[in-house]
Amino acid sequence: MSIISTKSGTLPKRFLRLRAIEPIYFILIAIVAAMVLSNPIYLDYGPMMQLLRRSSPLMVLAVGQLFVIVSGGFDLAVGSLITFLILICALLLNGNPELAYFAIALCVLVGLMSGAVNGLIVSFWKVPSIIATLGMLLILRGGGLYMSGGSARGNLPDTFRALGRDSVFGFPVSLIVVIVFGAVAWLILHRTSFGRQLYMVGSNPRAATLSGVNVAGIRIAAFMFSGLSAAIAATLLSGFSGVSTSAGDGYELQAISAAVLGGAVLLGGRGSVFPVIAGALALHALFTLLNIWGFPKPMRDVVQGLIIICAVAYSARRK
Amino acid sequence: MHSLIVNLGPRVRWRRILRRVPPIFWALMLMLLLSVPLLAVYSRAGGMSWAFISNMLERSVTLAIVAVGQTFVILVGSVDLSVAFVISLAAVLASFIMQGDPSMIAVAVPLILLGGALIGVVNGVLVTRLNVNPLIATLGTGLIIQGVLNTSFQNFAGSVPREYQQLAYGRLLGLPAPIFLLAALVALASFVLVRTRFGAHLYAVGGNKEAARLAGIRTTRVIMLAHAIAGLLAAAAGLFLVSRLGSGAPWVGPDGIYDLESIAAVVVGGALLAGGRGGVFGTLAGVLILGFIDSLFNQLGIDPYLKQVLRGAIIIAAVAVYSIRSREEVA
Repeated sequence: MSIISTKSGTLPKRFLRLRAIEPIYFILIAIVAAMVLSNPIYLDYGPMMQLLRRSSPLMVLAVGQLFVIVSGGFDLAVGSLITFLILICALLLNGNPELAYFAIALCVLVGLMSGAVNGLIVSFWKVPSIIATLGMLLILRGGGLYMSGGSARGNLPDTFRALGRDSVFGFPVSLIVVIVFGAVAWLILHRTSFGRQLYMVGSNPRAATLSGVNVAGIRIAAFMFSGLSAAIAATLLSGFSGVSTSAGDGYELQAISAAVLGGAVLLGGRGSVFPVIAGALALHALFTLLNIWGFPKPMRDVVQGLIIICAVAYSARRK
Repeated sequence: MHSLIVNLGPRVRWRRILRRVPPIFWALMLMLLLSVPLLAVYSRAGGMSWAFISNMLERSVTLAIVAVGQTFVILVGSVDLSVAFVISLAAVLASFIMQGDPSMIAVAVPLILLGGALIGVVNGVLVTRLNVNPLIATLGTGLIIQGVLNTSFQNFAGSVPREYQQLAYGRLLGLPAPIFLLAALVALASFVLVRTRFGAHLYAVGGNKEAARLAGIRTTRVIMLAHAIAGLLAAAAGLFLVSRLGSGAPWVGPDGIYDLESIAAVVVGGALLAGGRGGVFGTLAGVLILGFIDSLFNQLGIDPYLKQVLRGAIIIAAVAVYSIRSREEVA
């Protein structure tokens, strides 16, 4: 430790400032550069916006996941929560445009409730969050399929899909949603006492309890925020994805991978909003790149597995 | 210790043996008894019978094999979430290598078992040498296996020969062969845990890793070996599953929720997720309880999707019943 610090003390200050920047921004630039080199079409405004629009659900989800990760847990239920919400809304609305806002409100409510249940199970029943949220995944997946009779039924009106599909002055609405959501999350995480307590709970729950932090309450709030992000992601996703029983598949692990890429440390205590949004974008761009290079889709799982293991091994090594 | 037991009178000895039976076994017996009237009224297939029990046992064998492996890793305070994908891998490779040819059985089985053990060793290296949290490490290796498997196979691949299906459908002494398989596995695993030095080391490492290390136990090696056993038994479960199904597909493992169910079974059997406590008989009881609930749902004709909801709730509740008393904060 001391060797490094004396070494870096002699380095020019400009390099030090460079080191203060999160590495994910360089990774993002490198991936986007590789993408543009492989297919110059991504330099155009239209495809670029399309890419951003398609990655917006993941960006929102990753920020929600960040809250849970900072608090020291995981939320593996978000993917099936998205599928559940899309199936239920399609069933409920069945193309009726008037009820769309009611349906979006319902999504938010269900998302918050599901998150609250996860949080309650983890903090009061002391079930490890991976197991609790995997159980919730089964419940939501089974529940969605049960209510829709095993296949996707009904359809979503354009009013419901507007958030994820429309543009204002050529600028996707979904990106505005991401910016607003990201800004609110940043304020909560970095500028409120709740945010500080979240970091405390994640880095040392015992110390947090002893210093009077309501650990259970903070944990539950983090899971509720993740549920909320899943609800928003579901409406954004419905803008370009069809109503299907696999709409949200894999999103839970993508959200975790994105958060990890953005420098969030699994099992708690570290991570910040904007690098995580960049991480989500980088992951989506990486998947696009793999696609351009002709890798089959399941290779994405391999990449994510490697990202998760390497990131955790790296942060374990630094400790 | 053992000589003490021998010197006591026969009645005390019996009581000792009875006390060794995990309490969860009595719960299982009670559930079986209570379900008799329930099934008599609502069942679609003629109520409680020997056929019901034997069917339940047979269906539980795959889960039992994985769960015994899971017991080893949970005992040392680790866990293996990659088992479901190892099962898929083993099942697909078995039917792909055999292609209906009986002469390939002798090639495929050892190869696949070795592969499973190797995956377990990789998990063990990640957990011990690289200090990756076991839940995350095995989630990651599981993802990698799933990706590779889905890239290479999109559907049922090949088939196993009829001779190989005897493993699942053959009969011995008028009883289904898998029941003997199960009994042999449980006896062997229980022998390893209770009677060997390695078994004692497992409990010691799980109980207090630092103390075990100071007492001269090579903790890294013990944890690594536990993971290798879990991988090996997951592969064995896949080999058994494919003899039931006749052919393997990439989704057979995840569809059976073997990762979560095996953990739930071990925990229901009285093991601590933190390690150091648990045993094969408890795990067996846990497996039978889950299998019993599953058979019960089938007999009552519950919708398969609703069944999935109930399974999720049961797994959470089952783990919660045991973890709720822990005063430690969990992640």
